[in-house]
Amino acid sequence: MCATCGCGSDGKTTFYLVDKDQPHTHDHSHPHDHVHPHGHTHTHDHPQASEKKIIDVEQDVLHQNNLLAERNRGYFDAKNILALNLVSSPGSGKTSLLERTLKDLKGELEFAVIEGDQQTNNDADRIFATGTKVTQINTGKGCHLDAHMILHAMQGLKPKDNSVLFIENVGNLVCPAMFDLGEKERVVIMSVTEGDDKPLKYPDMFHSSTLCIINKTDLLPYVPFDIEKAKTNAKKVNHHLEIIEVSCTTGEGLPQWYNWLKSKVLQPEAV
Amino acid sequence: MHELSIVMGIIKIAEDHAKAADATVIDEIELDIGTMSGIDMDSMEFAWTQAIKGTMLNGTARKINSITAKAKCLDCDTEFEIKNYYDACPVCGEHLIDIVQGKELKVRSLLVS
Repeated sequence: MCATCGCGSDGKTTFYLVDKDQPHTHDHSHPHDHVHPHGHTHTHDHPQASEKKIIDVEQDVLHQNNLLAERNRGYFDAKNILALNLVSSPGSGKTSLLERTLKDLKGELEFAVIEGDQQTNNDADRIFATGTKVTQINTGKGCHLDAHMILHAMQGLKPKDNSVLFIENVGNLVCPAMFDLGEKERVVIMSVTEGDDKPLKYPDMFHSSTLCIINKTDLLPYVPFDIEKAKTNAKKVNHHLEIIEVSCTTGEGLPQWYNWLKSKVLQPEAV
Repeated sequence: MHELSIVMGIIKIAEDHAKAADATVIDEIELDIGTMSGIDMDSMEFAWTQAIKGTMLNGTARKINSITAKAKCLDCDTEFEIKNYYDACPVCGEHLIDIVQGKELKVRSLLVS
């Protein structure tokens, strides 16, 4: 189940809950203390065909991941946690958007963050500096996060009830599209320093997302990016997609993103 | 290169089912793969040859049912084959379409002995 992309046997996934009392060099793996769901098998005997028999499997290849994703989803629902899966190519400004959001909404909403990268704790350290609980997942050779990793990250992170959980996926517009993590919404981020045809080039990601954030709009005067064309392209791929334009540098458009976020947070029911 | 993860998933499903049926050999595996399942067949082929070494799928014949993607136009109800998410409805030219088929990625059956 764990991402085994690439060929090295050393591509193991590590989890690192950032803690001010622990030195940065302390990488620890969480123990595998959960039961994997098992499917069941139907067999049909074909008397004429001597020992050969056909097994009707009829199982989705992503079945295991999807079961674990639903398990995560149940955990989030029970604790009224809004889990968001943030996906983009590397360098679109996912971490900057998070830093800005965590600072601006501090005191209004409770947050927790899972950072996914192949290597380093750099992003988790940036998030930790904002005073937010964060776990860094290093996928080693893996090109995406999967539901299994989120399950283990959650064991260390333990996000609070009624909080918002940002899961910053590995920067990659291809592979993470296929893996449900149990999130409520998938947010794809693109920036104006990329091509305005990005939604057409990487349609799976735009098709599976519910919100598209176009970042770095302060740079529009300096780049050939046609924002209307980008929006049209994104809508061609996914007509359900909502689009918000922001600049994390100037703050332009951020109120709209914050309103979207707050509209998705369910008020806890009085007991 | 998520195709390697996918192939590993296929191997696990096949071996689990074969072992549960007390089989020692998997003669054939039948897969359903939609043309818009997100699988690149060349990457899949490459991952397959590497990943099956030392598994019960080494030497197994493969039958792949390629399922052509279809979409339905929400404006005029036309159902049509698509190659890309951004394809327009051939009748009314709209992009308000929903995929109705072609996202499949499934192990359909095994022939074991």
